[in-house]
Amino acid sequence: MSRDAAEQFEQVVGPHLDAAYNLARWLAGNDHDAADIAQDACVRAFRFIGGHRGGDGRAWLLAIVRNTAVSWLKKNRPRAVVTLSPEALGEIEDPGGIPGTFLQADAAALRAALDALPLEFREALVLRELEGLAYKEIADITEVPVGTVMSRLARARRQLQLHFARKGGAS
Amino acid sequence: MNCTESRELLHAYVDGELDLVRALEVEKHLESCPACAAQVKSWRELRAVLQTGDLHFSAPPALRQDVRQFVREMNPGKARPTAGPVIWLWKFLALGATALALFVICLRPGGPAASDALLDEVLASHIRSLQAGHLTDVASTDQHTVKPWFDGRLDFAPEVKDFAAQGFPLVGGRLDYLDRRPVAALVYRRNKHLINVFIWPAETTIPEQTKTRRGYCILLRNAHDQHLCLVSDLNEAELDELAKLLQ
Repeated sequence: MSRDAAEQFEQVVGPHLDAAYNLARWLAGNDHDAADIAQDACVRAFRFIGGHRGGDGRAWLLAIVRNTAVSWLKKNRPRAVVTLSPEALGEIEDPGGIPGTFLQADAAALRAALDALPLEFREALVLRELEGLAYKEIADITEVPVGTVMSRLARARRQLQLHFARKGGAS
Repeated sequence: MNCTESRELLHAYVDGELDLVRALEVEKHLESCPACAAQVKSWRELRAVLQTGDLHFSAPPALRQDVRQFVREMNPGKARPTAGPVIWLWKFLALGATALALFVICLRPGGPAASDALLDEVLASHIRSLQAGHLTDVASTDQHTVKPWFDGRLDFAPEVKDFAAQGFPLVGGRLDYLDRRPVAALVYRRNKHLINVFIWPAETTIPEQTKTRRGYCILLRNAHDQHLCLVSDLNEAELDELAKLLQ
């Protein structure tokens, strides 16, 4: 590895370590596994830093983190990465009516509600709301079409809405 | 616009992902529909609580340290510490040939494998642009409208010319994403056939090539300091005609 690679790594990956860990943490669900995944992702990022040609280092790094996390989950927790069936998706349709409010939801309740979301909804929501990424970037990172990102976000939000409606968190 | 149509779009509206025309349509609907307006309010509240709810995890200091240490050890320009590298070496091996091969294919610049993945991406973008009702962000046959539209949206200035006189009228332009960078997509038409032309600065050398995939013709060309990639269901000879005009 050349000195250039180390410098490039510092510039491209360095500023986005928090984003990398955040995504790994939301996908893995605990600190220990998240740190392992983030570390492995950084090793990969360093190895392939030559493949990064300008543009947003964050999206590039997050794609690597996501790949690393999904491989890890498939190996260690295969049940976490089951793709949802259309029937399961049907249950999360728009509840209709006048929606409740989320304002009463506290951090712990939100965390639990997010953790309870299926992986593909959770990653879309985390990338959108916590990282502020555009649909196109989320589509690239999660390797699905933009339309799928939109419907995953819609379902993730509806599911949170239902969750809080059931818990009485929304009035 | 009715509620069923608008419900589909409310998320994209709240996320600022709609074009101006659609956004105005949604806003018009919201004025007359309290249920959809309440839904939008609810999604905005959700965003606010998610963003202010202290939900973003920060990298632990130990991770930061490990990564820094790793980079130092991989960098022969500096002295190697005595302990530590063995673990990282093991991690490298553990990643295995599969991950390596995958990433080499996806991420390494140049070489036939890399441009192969690129062609797949180009084709996917082309098909998506035809399916999703998102062919152009700026629909105009006027090159003087399309070119300025890209200003500020890209870190380079693509050449935009209308070739209506040569039988390739300009349809419009779009921002797209290829090879992990934003690119300009120009849309031309030849009779009934739509042609996507992707343009991005040449930072690496990519050999020129002509490929046919799933009935689509893809031409990769170099022009000045930019790469051009043309994709269409048009025949190769006519597509090449446009490529020559663009070059």
